[in-house]
Amino acid sequence: MDKRMNNSELGELCLLAGKIMLENGAETYRVEDTMMRIAGSFGINNPNSYVTPTGIIFSLCGTEQTKLAQISKRTTDLYKVIIVNSISRKLSTGEISAEEAYSTLRKIEKENLMYPIYVKVIAASILSGFSLIMFNGEWKDFFSAFLAGGAGFLCVSYLHRLVDIKFFTEFVAALIVGLVTHFFKYIGFGLDLSTIIVASIMPLVPGLLITNAVRDLMAGHLVSGLSKGAEAVLTAFAIGAGVAIVFSLFK
Amino acid sequence: MDMIVKLLTNFVVSGAFAVIFNVPKKNILQCCIVGMVGRLLHSSLMNHDYDTVQATLIASFSVGVISRIFAKTYKVPVIVFSISGILPLVPGGLAFEATRNFVEDNYNLGIQIAVKASMTAGAIAVGLVLSEAIMQIIKIRKKFHLNGFRK
Repeated sequence: MDKRMNNSELGELCLLAGKIMLENGAETYRVEDTMMRIAGSFGINNPNSYVTPTGIIFSLCGTEQTKLAQISKRTTDLYKVIIVNSISRKLSTGEISAEEAYSTLRKIEKENLMYPIYVKVIAASILSGFSLIMFNGEWKDFFSAFLAGGAGFLCVSYLHRLVDIKFFTEFVAALIVGLVTHFFKYIGFGLDLSTIIVASIMPLVPGLLITNAVRDLMAGHLVSGLSKGAEAVLTAFAIGAGVAIVFSLFK
Repeated sequence: MDMIVKLLTNFVVSGAFAVIFNVPKKNILQCCIVGMVGRLLHSSLMNHDYDTVQATLIASFSVGVISRIFAKTYKVPVIVFSISGILPLVPGGLAFEATRNFVEDNYNLGIQIAVKASMTAGAIAVGLVLSEAIMQIIKIRKKFHLNGFRK
């Protein structure tokens, strides 16, 4: 296809695409598949890659240097995953050149495409409120679940900037959810305590991690499956501990 | 009536999950539909005296199949749709009950409920994997079929 692009730059392109996907919550097998497809669309048929949640090792062919990318932060931003997926699709059909693809990837790597934080907090509040109804709660409790869920999610999104220990932020968020709910119960605003708490911790549940972990394990990516599973269990444990502390305080 | 309320709430819940995971606006509606179908199967099976584990297995299987079909039509990774469909099925209530029983020193009851919660979580995973396997088999069969005709 594009003869001006040499193999070293091609390696950079593949690695960048893989890195963006992995940082934003794609499954390991999809990351590998995307890198293989991009390399394959330039006529390189057997590249090797080793993908774990904390880093990618990628080697194009015999004499090329093997490349390594470190993944330090992992968030969930499915929009970026969609964009990278469509870029790799366009590359393999030849709609865009390698240079264009590389510059677009560089641009979206830095860009913040997330919904603004208040939209997310409102979404989390609505999510908690309606989860309550879904779990057979009563409409009287809707408002307290709405507020408690919003408070928990707000706490997670702000504490992430201050402390980079994920376990701690989730623990504090669950603690706050529990305290807010107990406060509402104390002033006579919430009736069914346990349903409100269950509904309000819904935005914190590590669902993406659990699904990806199982998916990776089944696809044979044992290392990343196990490590993602460990992360999911740790998060779930943090949430459980936060709620449990509130319960042992106000028995 | 109760069923309709549940379906509509799940519709909203799946949409809110999609917003939290930053799914672009044009795909949110499909996420909602996936979540609603999962809940429809789950609650109607629960009404017919099925166990939570079986109901969750079937619901997550159907969520997987529908997400795969949507992913093909809209040319988007499967995970975008399956996540918001799966998350409302997560046994949060059971996990919570287990934690509460552990804290209140009811270890026997706590273990029982915890095992049930992990069975349900496992059912979700197995349902997803089954759906993927079946879609792969269908794809391969189609390929063979076409090749056969060309010969």
